[in-house]
Amino acid sequence: MTTLTLYDAVGAALTEEMRRDQTVIAFGEGIATKRHDLVQEFGALRVRNTPLAEGIIAGTAVGAAGTGLRPVIDLLFAPFMCYAMDEIVNSAGKLRFMSGGQFSFPLVALAQTGAGWGVGAQHNHNVEAWFVHSPGLKVVMPSNPADAKGLLKAAIRDDNPVMFFLDIGLLYVPGEVPAGDVVVPFGKAAVAREGTDVSLVSYGKTVLHCLQAAEALAGQGISAEVIDLRSLKPLDEDTILASVRKTGRLVVVHEANKLCGVGAEIAALVAEQAFAALKAPIVRLGGPDAPVASSYPLEQAFVPQAEAIAAAAVRLCARQRA
Amino acid sequence: MATQTPDQRQLLEQMMLVRAYEEAIVAGSQAGKVPGTCTSVGQEAAAVGVVNALAPEDLILTNHRSSGHLLARGANPGRMLAEVMGRSGGYCGGHSGSLHISVKELGVVLTSTIVGAELSLAPGVALSQKMLGRPGIVACFFGDGAACEGSFHESINLAALWNLPVLYICENNHWQAFVHRREAMCKDHVSEWGASYGIPSRTVDGNDVAAVRAAAQEAAAQVRESGRPYLLETYTYRTRGHFEPDDQAYVDPAEREAWVARDPIKLCRERLIAEGSLSAVEADRLADKVATRIAAAQAFADASPFPSTDALTRHVYA
Repeated sequence: MTTLTLYDAVGAALTEEMRRDQTVIAFGEGIATKRHDLVQEFGALRVRNTPLAEGIIAGTAVGAAGTGLRPVIDLLFAPFMCYAMDEIVNSAGKLRFMSGGQFSFPLVALAQTGAGWGVGAQHNHNVEAWFVHSPGLKVVMPSNPADAKGLLKAAIRDDNPVMFFLDIGLLYVPGEVPAGDVVVPFGKAAVAREGTDVSLVSYGKTVLHCLQAAEALAGQGISAEVIDLRSLKPLDEDTILASVRKTGRLVVVHEANKLCGVGAEIAALVAEQAFAALKAPIVRLGGPDAPVASSYPLEQAFVPQAEAIAAAAVRLCARQRA
Repeated sequence: MATQTPDQRQLLEQMMLVRAYEEAIVAGSQAGKVPGTCTSVGQEAAAVGVVNALAPEDLILTNHRSSGHLLARGANPGRMLAEVMGRSGGYCGGHSGSLHISVKELGVVLTSTIVGAELSLAPGVALSQKMLGRPGIVACFFGDGAACEGSFHESINLAALWNLPVLYICENNHWQAFVHRREAMCKDHVSEWGASYGIPSRTVDGNDVAAVRAAAQEAAAQVRESGRPYLLETYTYRTRGHFEPDDQAYVDPAEREAWVARDPIKLCRERLIAEGSLSAVEADRLADKVATRIAAAQAFADASPFPSTDALTRHVYA
């Protein structure tokens, strides 16, 4: 075990994968400046700065991935991906299918987002659900440095385009990271805390809020299970359903807008496949249908906090199904 | 350029094949047998001239008006027609239709119908060629419509900055879907934009197949030698509508007639006959040969079954 921040865990994964595979290259907005150690080890041809033009960064990654390289691109902030939507959604996500399987697109797009820096709505917008809704793409969002490293290694080795979201609020929080080549497979959620009365299902920084809520709930005699999804597509349906079948209660929590968010899909999954196990209605906690404000208290109020999660769980546990 | 008679006859035959192929699609569309599609009628010399200047190891990115690029590269018209008709024998198993056909084995890669997307993908393909030490250059075909997209400027800027071997070919056909380019573009010639990125550029008569091929040979040689991009504009005209069926009520008939009078197939045929290197009888024989190939292609496509519904979700993920 070593202690790394999530930002450095990303750097460690990049370093190890670039050593392992000569076809892995990295380019994007300031990546050669910010991660100069990569330039020193792998050279200026494999690690490049680009213009601040997300469309051509993503398009170049798609073209390179389709013809033999494995690019990792840094698009800085997730809302900037709006400039790269055609390249990501129409090219990376569709050209394999549309060509009848002639091409594959092993690329990783990194982007950071979420509350923490007060950067406002054009830098802070959790857009991950957009890409879950787009066929051909995989989507992950780790909640800790160990998963960030392991998921990024899996993403670089995956033959599909992977949207890799980094939570700004977690970037410089240190955590234990296992040494060596530890890959975290896609589609496998982590049970971050076991419990029997209510399932708290989340990803990104709100996993930490769920863990805080679970701790508070334990003091009130409520045993909460916390599921960290880690990957949003593929989604680990089995772990979600097994947890809800055990606890009979579900609170889905994420920072992204609640409307048509990933939580809606999870609620629908449970309603469709584990309805009989439910002892109470499903609760979703997410951001409002509003851009995120820059002001600190407003930015924090956007995100489901531990108190609200615990309160929702208490209400559910108090409720008996008629 | 030294004109070699057999070569020019091959170019003529390829142009005739492209025309006959697209006429078959139009006829099929009018008969309700083939979905509507985009043609490149009037632009055959621009496509055939450039593709015949490329080397086998070069890679091509094209767009929704791709018949000429594919057929000149040697694609099988039967498999293309099957693709257009949504049949399993098509190059992409019916997942593409007419608009996005790519044929990896011929080096026609990553075809996109989003105007400008081929431009955004081209630098990455060239980066692969360069970093993986492969010899071929990348030929990227787009239109004057795509040249008005931001991706044109982003692509050329990056290819020039990173020294990427891309031959950009703008087929300036005067039409951006249903809009004449003079309504949408502040210049007459896309090639003028190349200078601002410090890359060589030129415009060639896109209806003269020999001139196009000569210009493309010179451009491709420069890209190969310098490893840097080049912008070649083939100045031509789309004589059919944007998407079949299209009544072209929005087209100025005088402008269209002036270009039809310079039809690339007619120009080439008349020149070869005037030079004495092709007789009218031989020209008719070429037309028969092409017609026979297209009839066989149509028969292949008609006989090819529709894909089964399990193809609905095939090839989404690798």
